[in-house]
Amino acid sequence: MIRIEPRQDSGPLLRYGVPVLSAVVALALAAIPLASAGANVVTAYGEMFSGVFGSIFAFSEMLTRATPLIFTGLAAAVAFRARLWNIGAEGQLYLGAMAAIAVGTGLFDIPGIFLLPLIILCGAAAGAAGMALPTFLRTRFGADEVVTTLLLNFIILIFLQMMLEGPIKDPMGLGWPQSPPILDQGMLPTLIDRMRVHSGLVLAIVAAVIAQFMLVRSVWGFRLRAVGENASAARHAGIGVNRLLFSVAIVSGALAGLAGVSEVAGLKGYLTADLSPGFGYTGIVVAMLAGLSPAGVVLSALFIASVFVGADSMSRAMGVSSYLADLVVSMSLLCVLVGGFFARFRIVRTRVSAGGA
Amino acid sequence: MDILQIVFTESFWAASLRIATPLIFGVLGALICERAGVLNLGIEGIFVAGAMSGWMAVWLGAGLWGGVLVAALAGGFFGFIHALLTVPLGLSQHVSGLGVTLFATSVSYFTYRTALPNVSSPPRIEPFRPLDVPILSDLPFVGPVLFQQTALTWLALLMVAVVWYVLNRTPLGVAIKAVGDNPSSVDAQGLSVYGLRIGAIVAGSALMALGGAFLTMSAFDAFFFGMINGRGWICIALVIFASWRPGKALIGALLFGAFDALQVRLQTEVGALVPSQVFLMMPYILSIIALVIAARGADYPRALLQPWFKGQR
Repeated sequence: MIRIEPRQDSGPLLRYGVPVLSAVVALALAAIPLASAGANVVTAYGEMFSGVFGSIFAFSEMLTRATPLIFTGLAAAVAFRARLWNIGAEGQLYLGAMAAIAVGTGLFDIPGIFLLPLIILCGAAAGAAGMALPTFLRTRFGADEVVTTLLLNFIILIFLQMMLEGPIKDPMGLGWPQSPPILDQGMLPTLIDRMRVHSGLVLAIVAAVIAQFMLVRSVWGFRLRAVGENASAARHAGIGVNRLLFSVAIVSGALAGLAGVSEVAGLKGYLTADLSPGFGYTGIVVAMLAGLSPAGVVLSALFIASVFVGADSMSRAMGVSSYLADLVVSMSLLCVLVGGFFARFRIVRTRVSAGGA
Repeated sequence: MDILQIVFTESFWAASLRIATPLIFGVLGALICERAGVLNLGIEGIFVAGAMSGWMAVWLGAGLWGGVLVAALAGGFFGFIHALLTVPLGLSQHVSGLGVTLFATSVSYFTYRTALPNVSSPPRIEPFRPLDVPILSDLPFVGPVLFQQTALTWLALLMVAVVWYVLNRTPLGVAIKAVGDNPSSVDAQGLSVYGLRIGAIVAGSALMALGGAFLTMSAFDAFFFGMINGRGWICIALVIFASWRPGKALIGALLFGAFDALQVRLQTEVGALVPSQVFLMMPYILSIIALVIAARGADYPRALLQPWFKGQR
C-alpha cells in the first residue's frame, strides 16, 4: 500500500529548493521541443544564455521584461494568499495603462514632480477598480471571481480597442490605433543611458518590499493569511472577511494597474492594444514559482523574464519559434505545483496489516 | 418590429445553433468534470489544443473523422495531466487548470509554428459539409435550420443525450455524481474515487477538445492564433447557469448562441450608430450576467474543489 502523509516540517531546503529545482527541470524539458524542432540543443541553450547575460544591453532587456512581471506577480501573490483568485491582472494592467494615458498626455500640463505621481496614482486606482467589481460580484452575489475576472480581461481589451479608435486615438498617429504619447515630464526616467531599463523597476522592487513587510509583519497581513488559510475560522475569530477581501482586491488590482503604468510611462510612451504579451497571466506563474512570497516574486520574475528574453534571442538566431518561452513558463508552473506537493507531503509505503485503518 | 422578424427567420436559428455547437461540447465537458468534483480551468487551452491538433491531423491527411479522433485524444491527454495534478496529488484545481491552459496553448502554438514556420495566410482544409438527414431535413422550419448543420453539430446534440443518459440512467453516472458529492461514501462502497474522477476528467476534456475541433473543421477551415478567444471561460460560466444538467446546458448554449446571432444581425442594422466593439463585448458581458443570476441559488456539487485522499477523513 502507498499512503500520502503530510510532512511534519518542510525545512528551508525543501521550501527554497523546490522552486529552483522546478525552474531547472522546466528549462531542461525545453530540450524536447528544441530537439523536435530540429535545433542543436546545446547551441540553443548557449544562445539563450548569451541572450540574457551576453551583454549589458541584453541584461537590461531582461530587467525591462521583468519589471511588469514583478507587478503582476505581486498582484497574483497577494490575492492568492487570501484565496481571492484574481486572474484578471491582464485586464487590470490595461486599465492602469489607459488611466495613465488619460491623465498623462496633455490633460494636465504640469511639472513632472506632480504629473508623475498623478499618473501612478490614477493607474493604480483604475487597476484597483478593475478588481473591486468582480470582488463585489463575489461577496454580494456569490459569482465566482475566477470566471468574472477572466471574462473581464476580454471586455477590457475590447474596450481598449474602442478607446484607441475613438477618444484616445492619436490624431498624429497616421491612422494607427494608438494613443498620443505621454508628456516627456510624465515619463519614468531610464536607469542607464541608451538602455531601456527604467525606474519602473525600482518602483516594482519597492512595491515588493512593502508587500513583503505588510504580509508578514502587519495586522492586515496576519488577517489576510488567516482568511486565506481558513475563511470560516477567520470569520469566527471576528475578522470581517468581506471587508478584508475588498482591501486585498484593491491592493492586488492596484499592483496590476501599476504594471500597465510602468509599461506605458516607463517603456513605450504610448498605448496600443498589444502592450502586454500576457503579462497578467504570466504573473500567475511568477507568483506560484515564488511560493506566493512577495520577495520571491522578484527572483522568479527575473527567471521568467530571462526565459522570455533568452528564448527570443535564441529564436532570432536559430529560427526556432519563440513560443518555446511560453512552453517553458507553463512547464515551470506545472513542475512547481508537483514539487510543492512533494514539499508538503511524503509518500510512505505501508504494509497492509489486518484490522489496521 | 425588426428584432421579431429576425428571430423568426430560419437563418437566424441556423446561426444560433452553429454558434452554440462548440459551447455545447465545452459545457458538457466541463459539467462532467465538475459533477465528479473537479473544476477544469484547462478548458480554454484544451479548446486550443483540439482546434489545432484536429485541424493539423486533417491537413496531414488523416481525414475529417481522423481529425476529430486526434482532437479528442489531445483533449484527453491534457485532461489527464490536470487529473493527475488534482486527483491523486490533490493540488489546487484553480492553479492546475490555469497551468494546463497555459501548457496546452503553448504546446499547440509551438507545434503549429514549428510545422508552418513561414506562412502568411494559414493553409486551409476541406471542412465538414452540411449534413442532409433524409426525413428530418424535410420538416418545415426545423428542417432548414438543421439541414444547414454539419455532422459535428449533430454529434454535439447526440452527446447531450448520451451525457444525460449516462449521468441519470446508469450506475456509472450515479457513481460519478456521488464522487463529486461525497467521495468517502463511494470509497466505502469499494469503488475507486481516483479512478472515477480521473476517468471523468479525461472524458470531459476529450469532449471539450471537440468544441475546439468544430471551430477549425466546421465553422472555419483553418487555425488562427487567438481564435478560441475566451470560449472556454464562457463555458465555465454556462455550467453554473445550467446547474450542472445536460439538458439545461443545451438550453443555455442555445440561448447564448441566439443572443450572439442576434447581436451580429443588430450590428448590421444599427452599426453606424454604435461602435462595433460594443457588440463584440456582449458575449462576455452576457456570460457575467448569466453567472451573477445563477450564482445565488447555485447548487454546486458538494465536493467540488475539495481534494480527497485515500485513508484520510
